[in-house]
Amino acid sequence: MYTDKVMEHFRNPKFLRKMKNPDSIGKVGNPQCGDLMWVYIKVGKKDNKEIIEDISVETFGCVAAVSSSDVLCELALGKTLEEAEKISRDDIIKELGDLPPIKRHCSVLAQEGLQKAIWKYRESKKR
Amino acid sequence: MKVYLDNGATTKVAPEVVKAMIPYFTEQYGNASSLHGFGQAAKEALDNARAVIAKRINAEPEEIIFTSGGTESNNLAIKGIAYAHKDKGNHIITSKIEHPAVLAACATLEREGFKISYIDVDKEGFVKLGQLEKTITDKTILVTIMHANNEVGTIEPIKEIGEICKKHKVIFHSDAVQSFTKVPIDIKKINVDLVSLSSHKIHGPKGVGALYIRKGIKIKKLADGGGHEFRIRAGTENIPGIVGFAKAVELVKEKDIQHMTKLRDTLIAELLAIPHTQLNGSKKERLCNNVNISFHYIEGESLLMSLDDNGIAVSTGSACSSHSLTPSHVLMALGLKAEIAHGSIRFTLSKYTTEKEINYTIKIVKEVVEKLRKFSPLAR
Repeated sequence: MYTDKVMEHFRNPKFLRKMKNPDSIGKVGNPQCGDLMWVYIKVGKKDNKEIIEDISVETFGCVAAVSSSDVLCELALGKTLEEAEKISRDDIIKELGDLPPIKRHCSVLAQEGLQKAIWKYRESKKR
Repeated sequence: MKVYLDNGATTKVAPEVVKAMIPYFTEQYGNASSLHGFGQAAKEALDNARAVIAKRINAEPEEIIFTSGGTESNNLAIKGIAYAHKDKGNHIITSKIEHPAVLAACATLEREGFKISYIDVDKEGFVKLGQLEKTITDKTILVTIMHANNEVGTIEPIKEIGEICKKHKVIFHSDAVQSFTKVPIDIKKINVDLVSLSSHKIHGPKGVGALYIRKGIKIKKLADGGGHEFRIRAGTENIPGIVGFAKAVELVKEKDIQHMTKLRDTLIAELLAIPHTQLNGSKKERLCNNVNISFHYIEGESLLMSLDDNGIAVSTGSACSSHSLTPSHVLMALGLKAEIAHGSIRFTLSKYTTEKEINYTIKIVKEVVEKLRKFSPLAR
């Protein structure tokens, strides 16, 4: 059902943890649907651009949700906010090898979680 | 270590069963309808097997119809009764926790104009008897309620259901696929008119089952063909399968039930010792081999796959492992919150399950639950 890459991320996730003092959290999903992700980010500066300095996710969900969360972090770490918010579900699926059609929404959720975290970060800066 | 705890899905075929079947592939391969020696040997095996199955539920051999399994038995019972009795009424009553084979057969009849009522269950999974009786009308031709639930293991009060049906002169069918040989049924003591049975849940081969039909009950056959199985189920009999099925029934002994019950209780007690867990189904009226536990804050598929990584095979009521996204209709009917239902795991034992396997399972489940909860936003 799952590619080896999906199982690898599921078995040994590197970014699945709670973060202390994050700059922003993007909470997406609904436990009633069996998927909940909290995407934590810490924003830093590099060459005068804001970048994802640290990122982690807490996930309640299936194998695909856990693996999508982990890959999202891998792809986003060190990227500028502009680059990070452009990470698409297809980028995540490509990195995982593939996802069964019924599990594609898990990759969407991860992408939305990061976008929400970045959006909330920018909102907080405006204040 | 490999631990198979998905015996509610299917079981290993007992070596004695395989041995009993082989001659009917290689030597006695005749068609039971043929008049020659090969055919008569097959016929004899068929008759003997029928007698074994009949005896187990205290029925007469001619009341047993062999089928291809539980799904066909349920379809034959429900549609066969509906079509044969539609001049009397168009109303059928079932429960909200039936196997998909029963629910889908009812849904087909609904599309054809029959009216179906779905009776609620309480939080342990027992069908509400008062509601059942109130739902019966003079148009009701069939009540179909399972003997034991496949997901949570609750054993339904079929004696009481049978009495209600008798009082209102309604035909009663029960899907006993999960309970057969685990919970005794005596059809002379229980007023049940049709009972679905299956072989592969009790260490028999797949592709064979039976339907008990009480003498005198009118039923319409579903497939046209020859006059096999008392003109109720056409098609050359699957003799090796039927022989294997009967052998599997003969092999079930009381000590197997006690063995499974003991291990089941150990597993339940140890898993409930993990914080934030709950047992689904009834504690008392429960199949001897069923353990269904919700592990709060984690999702069932993740748990299932993590256990699989450690060689342990289980199943889940979580939607995420199946083809839909809604959690198990059974767990929802019991009143579980969706997020709790998503984190439910079914462990089903067999007579081959050992204490060592159960202890290993307990150890691994504890480790895996802790690991998955560590990164769950719900675990606070």
